[in-house]
Amino acid sequence: MLFKLSIKNMTKSIKDYAIYFLTLVLGVAIFYMFNSLDSQQAMLEVSQSTRSIIELMIGMLGFVSVFVSVVLGLLIVYANNFLINRRKKEFGIYMTLGMGKRQISKIILLETILVGIISLGIGLVIGIFSSQFMSILVAKLFEADMSEFHFVFSKEACIKTCIYFAVMYLAVMIFNTMTISRYKLINLLNATKKNEKVKMKNPFLAVLVFIFGSSILGYAYWKVTGDVGSMNTAEKILPPILMGIVGTVLIFWSLSGFIITVIQKMKNIYFKDTNMFVLRQINNKINTMVASMSVICLMLFMTISILSSSLALRNTMQRELVEMTPVDLNLYKTANLPESYMKYGVEHKITNEKQREDSKHPIYETLINNGLDMNVLKDIVEIEVYATNNLTWETFFGDSLNEVKEKFPGLAYGTAEEIVKISDYNKMAKLYGINEYELNEDEYIVLCDFDSQTELRNKVLAKGNYPLTIAGKEYKSKYNKCQEGFIMMSTSHTNLGIILVPDSCPLTEEMKEMYLLSANYNAETEEEKKEIEKNFAGNQNSSNLIKSLNDNGIELDGFTKISLMEASVGIATIVTFIAIYLGIIFLIASSAILALKQLTDSSDNKQRYTILRKIGCDEKMINKALFRQIGIFFGMPLILAIIHSIFGIQFAITIMSGLASKDDLLPSIIATVVIIGVIYGSYFLATYFEGKNIIKEEE
Amino acid sequence: MEILRVKDLCKFYGKNETLVKALDGVSFSVNKGEFVAVVGASGSGKSTLLHILGGVDKPSSGKVYVDNQDVFKLNESNLAVFRRRQVGLIYQFYNLIPILNVEENITLPLLLDGRKPDETYLNELIDTLGLRSRVKHLPNELSGGQQQRVSIGRALMNRPAVLLADEPTGNLDSKASKEIIELLKLSNKKYEQTIIMITHDQNLALNADRIITIDDGKIVSDKKVR
Repeated sequence: MLFKLSIKNMTKSIKDYAIYFLTLVLGVAIFYMFNSLDSQQAMLEVSQSTRSIIELMIGMLGFVSVFVSVVLGLLIVYANNFLINRRKKEFGIYMTLGMGKRQISKIILLETILVGIISLGIGLVIGIFSSQFMSILVAKLFEADMSEFHFVFSKEACIKTCIYFAVMYLAVMIFNTMTISRYKLINLLNATKKNEKVKMKNPFLAVLVFIFGSSILGYAYWKVTGDVGSMNTAEKILPPILMGIVGTVLIFWSLSGFIITVIQKMKNIYFKDTNMFVLRQINNKINTMVASMSVICLMLFMTISILSSSLALRNTMQRELVEMTPVDLNLYKTANLPESYMKYGVEHKITNEKQREDSKHPIYETLINNGLDMNVLKDIVEIEVYATNNLTWETFFGDSLNEVKEKFPGLAYGTAEEIVKISDYNKMAKLYGINEYELNEDEYIVLCDFDSQTELRNKVLAKGNYPLTIAGKEYKSKYNKCQEGFIMMSTSHTNLGIILVPDSCPLTEEMKEMYLLSANYNAETEEEKKEIEKNFAGNQNSSNLIKSLNDNGIELDGFTKISLMEASVGIATIVTFIAIYLGIIFLIASSAILALKQLTDSSDNKQRYTILRKIGCDEKMINKALFRQIGIFFGMPLILAIIHSIFGIQFAITIMSGLASKDDLLPSIIATVVIIGVIYGSYFLATYFEGKNIIKEEE
Repeated sequence: MEILRVKDLCKFYGKNETLVKALDGVSFSVNKGEFVAVVGASGSGKSTLLHILGGVDKPSSGKVYVDNQDVFKLNESNLAVFRRRQVGLIYQFYNLIPILNVEENITLPLLLDGRKPDETYLNELIDTLGLRSRVKHLPNELSGGQQQRVSIGRALMNRPAVLLADEPTGNLDSKASKEIIELLKLSNKKYEQTIIMITHDQNLALNADRIITIDDGKIVSDKKVR
């Protein structure tokens, strides 16, 4: 009997459930898709070093999945609570007929289990099929070979999805039972009779709180953009975030009261067709869901910020990667190792005599002495990098140090500047195909391409002919700003500063800090290159030259173009995947809450629309009123979220300085707008059409 | 034989200045087979009384005995059993389950009790109520009078100790109202069903054997009319 009631109930309230149900199915499908990434065919075909990046990604996705399941769990609990509250009257009748609370809990339990099993089943099927498409996308991102297509099913992901969702539904059941046990029969029966409390807020107070909330937000916005320099430690980000949350809540608490107060003053708008009704409806609705509106707004904000900054990050990384990896190989080695060195105030002795001896010779010699067939390399260029404790960042900034320190107190100002002779640099630049420079005898040039560092250095260089003492000799800056250039390959612009000096500069042997060797592989085909690559890179288990040198106590390190490419593509892909995963989950969760609230309101307020119809509104006007009401409802959290994001994204770009560039923001913002437009927009339209049906229905 | 006894029943809402005495020391008793009308203006406390008699609401003080059982000594689950076996409730707005058809609505209290419906009694009931042609219909396919007849059927299905009716004709036109009252009287005669009916309509009350008038939470008169 109870089972029959549950089934009948579900089929009856399918309209209330539809959007909730679809959201669950979507949630399950997405959950499966992202958790099955590792077993996809593309993942099995990639190279060893990419494999380790994928493992990192799987780890992170697993972690994110816990967070995602919390978000989805909250959505399910909220939606369920919401649907149950609407059925108070029904449960009241059951109870007067002699049904106990335990039996009512059982009905709901059955319904939850049914909804759970069906949504899990359908979601998994959709997830399994969609993950095949995702597989192709992944393969493209990781440049894996997908000439043979296999249908992949991940048992682990399937089991994981089932377990996570089972736990969520279990939580829902506990919450439901708790809700039911709190009910009093008499209140259940009177639930619909009770006059809807139309809370009116004091208009003056609403305006005041609105202004207060806006000022808090304004201050938080300024903190993360105008005053971003002071955000040098992680804890300092907390106050603006808290202010943002408090401000958002205050805005939604006061928004409707504020708008009504303002629009009532504009009589020709307030009294125009159904405006008065729509405004009052919204006023009534927002007041009852300040908390959920705020949460939705913040979730949307996170979606927008995460999506656009991560996509920008990915674009920037890919663009810079090509630019920053002009040769196949970079090897570097510390020169002139001392007998001991200081680290964190502790003296470390270098006991390895061999290593000290080796550090007096260039890399080229090390390679030959250790048996590398030099024929595998071509275009070899080796240069020396100098450094001295007499020329650090501190000395570079000179009189302006205090001013700079105020803005960036966290920088390691004791870092010694890297000094390179102009002819050495030009040899390297020629190989890299980047700009070569010329210098007069008394000039120097600063090369720097890391945005925030460039900005700092330009402050002093802008003074013109900025003097520096290098190796005891006075030089002046050729340019009044930093120049582009680098000596070491990287995945992005990370050159913090290189000072180019004339070859005549009296740099001593003791100042020699590092050897740097660049070369291309002497190979025609990709396969040959990969073969040579094995000498220098590979996973931790394979043996290669660098590793065997290190094992013998000789410190030589390096990058290869291939490993940099793989790392960069991998990181960009991880970031993109996690962003899309989180973004979509946040998006469907907040859209579903809004849609659910609007739909149940539509059926609760059917009477209000019937009255409108009775006093002479035609269908068109009523639909327009409904459209505007739902539109404003969906729009408000989105608008505030967009305003938040304008500042949030700027902040994200600033703290990721160098990693993501503002130039790459536009396409990623467009992509974000498309994603949000499609998902949020679909929920909005579905809600509108469903709402229209509900208010059209006869009693 | 006494089937219902109410002793010093009080129900208060709020406190101090906002204290509302919905019921203030109500005592009476009802014998098996009696048809009692409780009359009072709106706000007199009659609905509160009915809810307490039905075990739906709890009194602030006082006792209710149904079939010599102290109703409010029952725990939560026994109270549910009490409601489904001893009480039949009829409301002004029918309160039928919209997803169940006529027959299912009528038999629901029995099914909740885990019992099989007595087919002969069920058929007799359906015929008496004039619902034979409507058994498979859903409530929203029925007229107001028909829906109320279903709810009477549902209330009678368990042969409860008392049938409580809260303004059973309040939402019906005069023809349907008359039908409903006749049905209540019929069940009173045919099954010796004890009925307590709440109404604000004096004429309707005249159909009962006894009229209890409530004002301001107190019984102001209690007369046999038949």
